[in-house]
Amino acid sequence: MNPAELDPTLNAQGEISQPLETHAAHSAHSAHSAHTHDDAGNRMFGFIVFLLSESVIFLSFFVGYVVYKTSALEWLPPGVTGLEIREPAINTVVLVSSSFVIYIAERFLHNKNLWGFRAFWLLTAIMGSYFLYGQAVEWSGLPFGFTDGVFGGSFYLLTGFHGLHVLTGVLLQLIMLGRSFIPGNYDKGEFGVAATSLFWHFVDVIWILLFVLIYVWK
Amino acid sequence: MTNLSVEAIAQVEQPLPGAPDNWRRFFSFSTDHKVIGIQYLVTAFFFFLVGGLLAMIMRGELITPESDLVDRAVYNAMFTMHGTIMLFLWTFPALLGLSNYLVPLMIGAQDMAFPRLNAVAFWMVPVFGFILMASFFVPGGPAQSGWWAYPPVSLQNPTGNLITGQTLWLLAVAISGVASIMGAVNFVTTIARMRAPGMTWFRMPVFVWTVLAAQIIQLFGLPALTAGAVMLLLDITAGTSFFDPAKGGDPILFQHFFWFYSHPAVYVIILPIFGVFSEIFPVYARKPLFGYKVVAISSLIITGLSGVVWVHHMFASGTPGWMRMLFMATTMLISVPTGIKVFAWVATIWGGKLRLNTPMLFALGGLTMFVFAGVTGIMLAAVPFDIHVNNTYFVVGHFHYVIYGAVVMGMYAALYHWFPKMTGRMYSEGLGKLHFALTFLGTNLNFFPMHPLGLMGMPRRVASYDPEFAFWNVIASLGGFLLGISTLPFLLNFIGSWVQGEKAPKNPWRAIGLEWLISSPPSAENFEELPIVIAEPYGYGKDEPLVANPDALEVAHESR
Repeated sequence: MNPAELDPTLNAQGEISQPLETHAAHSAHSAHSAHTHDDAGNRMFGFIVFLLSESVIFLSFFVGYVVYKTSALEWLPPGVTGLEIREPAINTVVLVSSSFVIYIAERFLHNKNLWGFRAFWLLTAIMGSYFLYGQAVEWSGLPFGFTDGVFGGSFYLLTGFHGLHVLTGVLLQLIMLGRSFIPGNYDKGEFGVAATSLFWHFVDVIWILLFVLIYVWK
Repeated sequence: MTNLSVEAIAQVEQPLPGAPDNWRRFFSFSTDHKVIGIQYLVTAFFFFLVGGLLAMIMRGELITPESDLVDRAVYNAMFTMHGTIMLFLWTFPALLGLSNYLVPLMIGAQDMAFPRLNAVAFWMVPVFGFILMASFFVPGGPAQSGWWAYPPVSLQNPTGNLITGQTLWLLAVAISGVASIMGAVNFVTTIARMRAPGMTWFRMPVFVWTVLAAQIIQLFGLPALTAGAVMLLLDITAGTSFFDPAKGGDPILFQHFFWFYSHPAVYVIILPIFGVFSEIFPVYARKPLFGYKVVAISSLIITGLSGVVWVHHMFASGTPGWMRMLFMATTMLISVPTGIKVFAWVATIWGGKLRLNTPMLFALGGLTMFVFAGVTGIMLAAVPFDIHVNNTYFVVGHFHYVIYGAVVMGMYAALYHWFPKMTGRMYSEGLGKLHFALTFLGTNLNFFPMHPLGLMGMPRRVASYDPEFAFWNVIASLGGFLLGISTLPFLLNFIGSWVQGEKAPKNPWRAIGLEWLISSPPSAENFEELPIVIAEPYGYGKDEPLVANPDALEVAHESR
């Protein structure tokens, strides 16, 4: 065997062993320094900052919608009288209650009850998927399209952009569900679960505003 | 071979992958904020030269009243690409580079909060730069609707292709937006949570405050531009009618989305330069920064006000009278925190022991021209005057004094000031002063004539003009070419000095700051032991230590 691999002083020049060494030096260093950085806390902080920024995109679309609606001469496309509210209302109830379900799942994880967490977490993903299904059904039954005036454009833009967020949320939930089977996955904290959950609440709040703007406000 | 002793092999000096003297790391997916900072700076400077070349072709066109050098459509593409490149590929990335390099060092952190996100955000810059450059080679050429891409002009698609200069432009701007949001999240988290022990908010250098203020603007402003850009892209590609007046859309709404971000974007650019001024004046005047806390807080006040001034770009867009008055007032109000800063810098220099080397000259030049730009800015804030010079060269002259006079000069000041720290080498003072003289002269020759031209009524964005405007245009063009020439001594100086300049000590300027307590260039992890900060910044003439553990910041000696 090459003696270089055994001699620790040689690590400093081997390209492969170098990252390992600096990593070791790094962790040894941060272990005894007074101010270890809290990676999980940083990530959560960064994620909240990101969500605040993301919310401005929705806010901009909302403002655009209000401007269009209040200034348009002919708001609804010809032949369209208004939006059906019953199915979207059911969808709303499902999505809003899923926020409570995901909270329960988080509590289970907090209390180290993994199967309870997985059950409620899966239930959230199912409720999110149901919402997407309901949205698809609604879209396919509408008498106007994306290019039918400013109303059609902003309706599909807002619901579509929000739908993309729901889809992202469901995918994140499925990834987190898969990761929960990795042994020791939560040794370094529950950032992934906490962030997904926060994202889900965010998507929920946005939907409530969107629902009021598009479906309730005549 | 077996006789070779292990010690002999160990003593062979080889550059480590992350070592400060290994140039290869600049071409790798490095997560070291210092490498990323320099990657940003070099990439951005390349695009600065590209954008400058376009500007010189435009000045070549404008040296005669007739449209004789390039086709009018090409001229339109030139000013569109010039503006877009200079903002999205030069000033933003260059300042991100500077911030990337300096913020972790100044707050006493070993890196940014999210090093990998940082690298991803940087590598998006060449990607969208490439996309934007590619638009020169698509049918119909690059976008021609100006850097603001107002509909309905930007909605026109005479070639009928899906991939046009305008769609590539929108794609590039969108990727730039994503990269900037990543960067902003990273900076805000880093500054809020990665400060060294004892580095309280009011012990942070003003540069860090200004970066924080600028990045908060990115966070609340960029999403609005993204929203507008998405809707514009859908109008062009999917056939929606958000901004198409012929189909019931509202083109003014796009202007609101655009300026809600793009006016604050000016503060994203200028705020870090305010920070640079605040760092440089105390060092070369040997006095503490006057009114440190007020200067720090005024950055955040600018951030707040920057969100409520955007309509001053739209005084001539059918804006109702009450809205004009409101935004005239807010725009004038923003000169208060800015004026406070200028006052503080002048008071810092006042009675100081000035050392007029290249960074100080650039900073003083930048400050002077910023004051001039501020005066024309106040003039433009007044609705009657703004209507009078709307879309004339007066506006072009004003914002070039801000962006070239203050931002580029401030950028150069920063590059010279921190060059020894970044490279471990000293630059040539003679070439630096030549660079300053050429830049200062060129800037004023190029951009001052735009003010009388604008007052005389010469419209911007035209390839030909009435012969009565010829005199000032010739002077402006000569100034433009001089600015092109001025980059030569800079490039010669920096490339030459980086390769074989005199070795730089830890602190060549006797400056006070965490970055000056460690070697030049700093080791890969900056601080071996995190500094324990015990004093406020800018303690010039106070003879008090900045940190409690100055000798523990680095390993006593490294063989390199």
